[in-house]
Amino acid sequence: MTTAISVSGLVKTFGQTRALDGLDLTVRTGEVHGFLGPNGSGKSTTIRVLLGLLRADEGEIRLLGGDPWADATSLHRRLAYVPGDVSLWPNLSGGEVIDLLGRLRGGLDEKRRAELLERFDLDPTKKGRTYSKGNRQKVALVAALASNVELLILDEPTSGLDPLMEAVFQDCVTEERERGRTVLLSSHILAEVESLCERVSIIRLGRTVETGTLTELRHLTRTSITAELAAAPNGLAGHPGVHDLKVDGTHVHFDVDTKELDAVLRQLTQVGVRSLTSQPPTLEELFLRHYEADLAKENGAHVAVAK
Amino acid sequence: MTTTLARPAAAATGQRDGLAGTGALLRLALRRDRVVAPVWILLFVIMAASSSSASQDLYTTVESRVRAANGVNGTPATLALYGRVFDPTSLGAVSVFKLGAMGAALVALVAIFTVIRHTRAEEEAGRSELLGAAVVGRYAQLTAALLLSTGISLVLAVLTALSLAGTGLPASGAFAFGLSWAGAGIAFAAVGALAAQVTEGARTARGLAAAVLAAAYLLRAAGDAAGDHDSLWLSWLSPIGWAQQVRPFAGDRWWVLIYLVFFAGLVAVGAYLLVARRDHGAGLLAQKPGRRRAPRSLSSPLGLAVRLQRGGLVGWGVGVALGGLMMGSIASQVGEFVDSPNAREMIMKLGGERGLVDAFLSAEMGIVGLLVSAYGISAAMRLRAEETALRVEPILATRIGRWRWAASHVVVALTGTTLLMVVFGVFGGFAHGAASGDMSRFGPVLGAAVVQVPAAWVLTGIAVLVFGLAPAWVMAGWAALVAFLLLGQLGPILELPQWAMDISPFTHTPKLPGGDLSALPLVSLTLVAAALVAAGLVGFRRRDIG
Repeated sequence: MTTAISVSGLVKTFGQTRALDGLDLTVRTGEVHGFLGPNGSGKSTTIRVLLGLLRADEGEIRLLGGDPWADATSLHRRLAYVPGDVSLWPNLSGGEVIDLLGRLRGGLDEKRRAELLERFDLDPTKKGRTYSKGNRQKVALVAALASNVELLILDEPTSGLDPLMEAVFQDCVTEERERGRTVLLSSHILAEVESLCERVSIIRLGRTVETGTLTELRHLTRTSITAELAAAPNGLAGHPGVHDLKVDGTHVHFDVDTKELDAVLRQLTQVGVRSLTSQPPTLEELFLRHYEADLAKENGAHVAVAK
Repeated sequence: MTTTLARPAAAATGQRDGLAGTGALLRLALRRDRVVAPVWILLFVIMAASSSSASQDLYTTVESRVRAANGVNGTPATLALYGRVFDPTSLGAVSVFKLGAMGAALVALVAIFTVIRHTRAEEEAGRSELLGAAVVGRYAQLTAALLLSTGISLVLAVLTALSLAGTGLPASGAFAFGLSWAGAGIAFAAVGALAAQVTEGARTARGLAAAVLAAAYLLRAAGDAAGDHDSLWLSWLSPIGWAQQVRPFAGDRWWVLIYLVFFAGLVAVGAYLLVARRDHGAGLLAQKPGRRRAPRSLSSPLGLAVRLQRGGLVGWGVGVALGGLMMGSIASQVGEFVDSPNAREMIMKLGGERGLVDAFLSAEMGIVGLLVSAYGISAAMRLRAEETALRVEPILATRIGRWRWAASHVVVALTGTTLLMVVFGVFGGFAHGAASGDMSRFGPVLGAAVVQVPAAWVLTGIAVLVFGLAPAWVMAGWAALVAFLLLGQLGPILELPQWAMDISPFTHTPKLPGGDLSALPLVSLTLVAAALVAAGLVGFRRRDIG
């Protein structure tokens, strides 16, 4: 398996601010890779480095086998980009912008252009200044999806789209994956990432904190269990994998480390289980754990300053 | 009983809510204009003071003033351009007649731009939505913009009056003159406010308000040019005509100012009524639908740059063509303006009437060269505007390299500058040939326009250099223009040393027609411009975008 994007130890500073602080990212050819992180964690900065718009201060970066800064124009023939904040020329129509970007990229698939306009329900005759945020986003999406490229770099592409269009977008990305295209999808919508991405990378404060398949990542977190037992539970409280245990007679509720799930369930069945619901960890929880870590770190810093 | 009591109370709170946040918005606008507004005010003050002191040196005797004024009042072209000298014996009236209508129109233009910049432009950019959702009344933004432009007009008026009085003119006339400018500013601030309600785009609003201003100017030009009192009523239909009819230094008719204030109030009420009735972001004129597909021309960065800039270039072209016609048609009459015997004698030594006309043309060409440089700077600064509006990133994410993208707007700036000077030369040469009855004058006038081009390119080069190396300082292009303008206008008066004068590229352009044409300065200026552009493009290739 080849890699479409490989980044290691990427550092980018703006004056005093260290926006990227040793970031790593590997996107394999043909996969849809989710790129997650809180606001201001460095997702867009990373993407702008990958597009050769910003120059990296340190780190190894390879994009489609080339150097994104030095080989920008030849690499850009092979990729399409949708920015998170699409800004259109006020007096150009959406159709004109789609054609312009397609031509500058080296041509676009006419049939697919027409089909995408239809599916996204976009009026190409409106002028740039009259489009809503969602419609501006659609213009950029149609322009990118209608071009014949190997790699799609999408920076929060669905911000502003309604749920119907969100579904259309997900179908389109699935089709792109089936055609063997590689997609780097930066997103805030975790349901979208869960349904589209094989692998994800989570970054915060300019560093990669988790990367792997969703299954791998789930193993790092906890499953929440609610059960009605035949008798009072025994020994659950002492089990090292069990957290936040609440016992109300024979009714129990707790979180369990996913790797200890097997052992804990054995203990429950010894007592006898009447009913049981288990909730697998969501990406949200995974994500929130890192947000909370951020907050904790910040609070810690404040305490340190106060001292 | 309760309803009659409740009604006025509700109306009062409604009004108060409508203006909520005006103070904060006004402070925001002042903060945003803290550099631009003082620069504008200063330019007008300097223009008035320098024109006044220069004229006073020229027209020392009553006879010289009367002769000059009769020359103006008897020539339809100058009447149309500047208007009438109402009191030929008054030193003040003769000193400032060139600035009366023209200056009032320029103040009006500043007022229009200021109001639209803080109303429709904000709305179009989506920023006012953010503010509108805060505790900001429906009328607050419009009120803040009108207060700001009124304030700028009044400060400008007072400082101009003080500077005129400082040059030795009567204080009463100086204040009448300043207030006639302010009146035009306040009247057209209201026109700008109304235009801002009508269109959805700020650019169209500016065009609409500027068209009203142009119509007002032409109306008074038509009224004044006929010279008799039968058609003077045309001038009385125009706010610019009213500003003139204040007649500073020739009776100081303060009561005419009431016309301007009343007009401003009436138009402003219209703007307020529209604000109350329209949706946020909407206008009265609907947008025309655009093309479904891009035309073949829109396939390259250059095609895009031409498409984005052609409207501006056509507008400039029309203005420059009109300017050329006016300058060409009055040039042959300048001999009548300068009637002091000493000046006449000096002119005869320099080559007679022809020499005087040539000197006038050459001086005007230098100023037009500077004005057209402003086009080059603004066209080059489009690069930065596209960058900060995040519109360059999708382009640079295609196979288009930075060099090609940046070069596209530079090409438009340089070619546009050249075209504008050629247009000015062609229209000026044609009008001058027709007015003087000597079509062989066409070539020299066109040539005089074209030799300004390399110097104008240098200013485009400065703008590109700053864009490439220090994009945050992109306004430096304008600073350079103002500096060169002041050097050219004030340098000789202040007797600055030659090395200081040499900083301005316009010092080096051959003084045509009449002077010697040498290729060296033209080639050197072109090379300097090329070096500046190249350095800017290299800098841009090496820096971060954004």
